[in-house]
Amino acid sequence: MTKVLSVSGLRRIYGVRAAVDGITFEVGGNETVGLLGPNGAGKTSTINMILGVLAPTSGTIRIEGEDISSTRARALARTNFAAVYAPLPGNLTVQQNLRVFGLMYGVDRLPERIEELLDLFDLKGLRHAKFGALSSGEQTRACLVKAMLNRPRLLLLDEPTASLDPATARDIRAKIREFARRDKVGVLWTTHNMYEVADVCDRVLFLSRGKILLEGDPRTLPGEHGKETLEDLFITVAREPLSLGQA
Amino acid sequence: MRRLHRTAAIVLRQYYLLRGSPARVLALFAWVAIDIVLWGFITRYLDAVASPGIDFVPVLLGAVLLWDFFTRVMYGVTMAFLEDVWTHNFLNLFASPLSTREYMGGLVLSSVATSSVGLLMMVVLATAFFGLSFFAYGLMLVPFLLVLFLFGIALGIFGSALVLRFGPASEWLVWPIPAVVSPFAAVFYPVSTLPPWMQQVSRALPPSYVFEGIRAIVAGNAYRGDMLLWSAGMAALYIALASWFFTRIHRGAVCSGLMARYSAESVS
Repeated sequence: MTKVLSVSGLRRIYGVRAAVDGITFEVGGNETVGLLGPNGAGKTSTINMILGVLAPTSGTIRIEGEDISSTRARALARTNFAAVYAPLPGNLTVQQNLRVFGLMYGVDRLPERIEELLDLFDLKGLRHAKFGALSSGEQTRACLVKAMLNRPRLLLLDEPTASLDPATARDIRAKIREFARRDKVGVLWTTHNMYEVADVCDRVLFLSRGKILLEGDPRTLPGEHGKETLEDLFITVAREPLSLGQA
Repeated sequence: MRRLHRTAAIVLRQYYLLRGSPARVLALFAWVAIDIVLWGFITRYLDAVASPGIDFVPVLLGAVLLWDFFTRVMYGVTMAFLEDVWTHNFLNLFASPLSTREYMGGLVLSSVATSSVGLLMMVVLATAFFGLSFFAYGLMLVPFLLVLFLFGIALGIFGSALVLRFGPASEWLVWPIPAVVSPFAAVFYPVSTLPPWMQQVSRALPPSYVFEGIRAIVAGNAYRGDMLLWSAGMAALYIALASWFFTRIHRGAVCSGLMARYSAESVS
């Protein structure tokens, strides 16, 4: 499997505390990897470093072989992201936002691409609505359209379905899966919803205190560690990480 | 080509904001129009009470117009920047292939467009209602405007860097910058009026050469071209320094984690 993301020895220190502590992992094309862990485990710091908005203390990040520190523009042209804490400007319409970001990412045949994605995410009727006036679910869909505009080889999703009702979350998961499968996209997905993880992820990485504690198939990993469900395993990672480290 | 597209994206965003908001369009005209009307009547009154032969219009009203132009250029850059602060847009921008240089280029081009509109409005009002003639300044008007434009861009980039460094709440640092600079820039009086220490500061400010030049030309005195070249060179140097400062602040924000936190903290 072609690697779209290679992270090696990634470390981020704040003062004396390591938010991310020497993690190494890869994401393949057409692979969805879940990045799991309790609050403060280092998930968002990892994503921010991959996006180039947080400098690592040490370590390397390569996106399709392009080093984010030396060939930032080329690496980020092949990447995109959606996160609840990064909404699109609320004072522009959905279509205006997509035109602006499409231009920024140098998307070829932008009008056709926008139409295609608005159709996929059922947003055609809302193209002229201000982003800030949309509901949470509509905003999430618009952010995902922006995240898919440039046909990224690597898609970073930080809790993309947070604050959505179960039905909307299911629809959105299905659309992301369809997009990722069709374009052979590597997806790094953070969430606290273990049902979602089992539904979408081919592989999971459990982070605790900045380190990767566990890695494997979300459907078999709980059993390998004597737990019934992924949620039980998550709680153990959050509360008693040392017991797993010794296992 | 991709670089141009990214810079154009920043300009396009500002265009959409203006097109969709009459309040933003009004702001391009309203403040400068109020200033010109107010100072137009003040100069008319001064002309009436002063000794015959003294014409305050090209000196005072012309100075107000040029100073307002400088202020609009500076605010044109900072307003475009603050739109991204207010909408928590940094993560979307700087997690894209956009570079700081392309971003600053977009802010500058946006300012060119918005300040040109303000300048046009001021010229129309000052000429039509108060008889200000730009022929009084001759061809020197072009380099005068250029110097003020360059210095406005430099201060706009510098002010944006301050907000990037100190966070959204520090935008109040930006608005008073022209007011703080104006006494030193000798907009309404000769530099020689200032005490020696203020004159030293004045010599480091490109606009002071412009306003000295205006007064010299209106009084029928010669104005040294080398002084104008010096002020233009100084303004260009300030742009380079401000751009370096912005890039350094941005890099510092990426290293310290401030850039990543900017959006999240703005939301809370």
